Amino acid sequence: MNLEQYEINKNLAQMLKGGVIMDVTNAKEAAIAEEAGAVAVMALERVPSDIRKDGGVARMSDPQMIKEIQATVSIPVMAKARIGHLAEAQILEALGIDYIDESEVLTPADDVNHIYKFNFKVPFVCGARNIGEALRRIGEGAAMIRTKGEAGTGNVVEAVRHMRTMTAGIRQIQSLAPEERMAFAKENGAPYELVVQIAQTGKLPVVNFAAGGIATPADAALMMQLGSEGIFVGSGIFKSSNPPLMARAIVKATAHYNNPVLLAEISEGLGEAMKGLEIGQIAPENLLATRGW
Amino acid sequence: MSKNVKIGVLSYQGSVMEHMRALSLLDNVEPLEVKTLSSLQAVDGLILPGGESTTISKLLSIFDLLEPLKERIRSGMPVWGTCAGMILLAETVIGEETHLGLMHITIRRNAFGRQLQSSKQKAAIPKISPEPFDLVLIRAPWIEAVNNDRVEILCEVDGHILAAQEEYMLVTAFHPEVTGDLRIHQYFAHMCGN
Repeated sequence: MNLEQYEINKNLAQMLKGGVIMDVTNAKEAAIAEEAGAVAVMALERVPSDIRKDGGVARMSDPQMIKEIQATVSIPVMAKARIGHLAEAQILEALGIDYIDESEVLTPADDVNHIYKFNFKVPFVCGARNIGEALRRIGEGAAMIRTKGEAGTGNVVEAVRHMRTMTAGIRQIQSLAPEERMAFAKENGAPYELVVQIAQTGKLPVVNFAAGGIATPADAALMMQLGSEGIFVGSGIFKSSNPPLMARAIVKATAHYNNPVLLAEISEGLGEAMKGLEIGQIAPENLLATRGW
Repeated sequence: MSKNVKIGVLSYQGSVMEHMRALSLLDNVEPLEVKTLSSLQAVDGLILPGGESTTISKLLSIFDLLEPLKERIRSGMPVWGTCAGMILLAETVIGEETHLGLMHITIRRNAFGRQLQSSKQKAAIPKISPEPFDLVLIRAPWIEAVNNDRVEILCEVDGHILAAQEEYMLVTAFHPEVTGDLRIHQYFAHMCGN
């Protein structure tokens, strides 16, 4: 993509701000998500909590399922490719997908390199845990960033950590003297030009959403108050006891994230949220957030 | 000296901060986020931003703002819809339900296609300025037809209508709020009495 296309791809993410992007595994779930007010859907074979449970290699979804979802909804359709799997990304681009998530939720295809995203016309969103990782992905052409969190756990603690760490990184860059920026870039593995840009603007050059472990309206409101510009919900909706109700409640909470009186109303009577997982109970080799380099 | 006008941006979802920032750069304009009935009643004019029209429309209904908003627009409050906002205002949306249904235009949603067909074009809008504008079209709709003599076509590219005005209602299929060009915001501020 040329720079003009890159700007237009960043612009699409701007239009999604304040909204909720929902994981769906078939056309029926996509329709439920759209009806609940999702700004986009993420098509994938299994939601992260099932990937975690089932084990095995998690790959790009069946194009047929993606096409069915595209035919069902009018909102943007996103889909996941494995980290470094440029052929999966090419297939998704050929399908006319609106955004590709190069995602740690799927099994990585390259344990050193991510996709060179400037080779594509379609936009990419990538996960990050800190400012260095976010800027490396942007340096490769990501037009949108999301926290990694710890997908499929229903536990928001990692998303909070990643959002706070990213914000702290931005504040730190702003406080640096100009001669300290190169050392920061080196220590954090961040492209120098992007460090300079953040020093000047005080924010990431692309939209930043929260993802990984968001399971309730209060979780969504928390992430928005921490500076997230929108929300991805994976297992949190279709692993709850009443998906349409939970989906709509999270949409409402994201729009009114700073209104506790309304949030109390929104949080009432939603049934069971997804069953959560304590991060400490997960074996280190099963953590998804550590995938990506 | 012109009076201070309060211009709201419907702030549930979408390019809210971009519009707020553009408004903040205009003289004698006070920008205001609108999410509640009281903030809706406080503004002299309102921008319906870019975003997802289905989402914004649902939130308007859920939070009981759809009818009060219709009422304010019917009684003459200037309103400007960009992209999703244009879809919200239209009386007809091909193949879909209408939302506010106030402006006499027929809209085709995602008319250009998916994100791969999103583009930036250049065109003149003589009524607003002699210099051409950058038109940023993101999964954009276009106006398939105008259904009333009062609707003035402001901008047409390749036979597709991309901007129009019906008295105090202004619509653009594109996003001036992401370009840094303030001319249309300035024009709308004039419509609001600035």
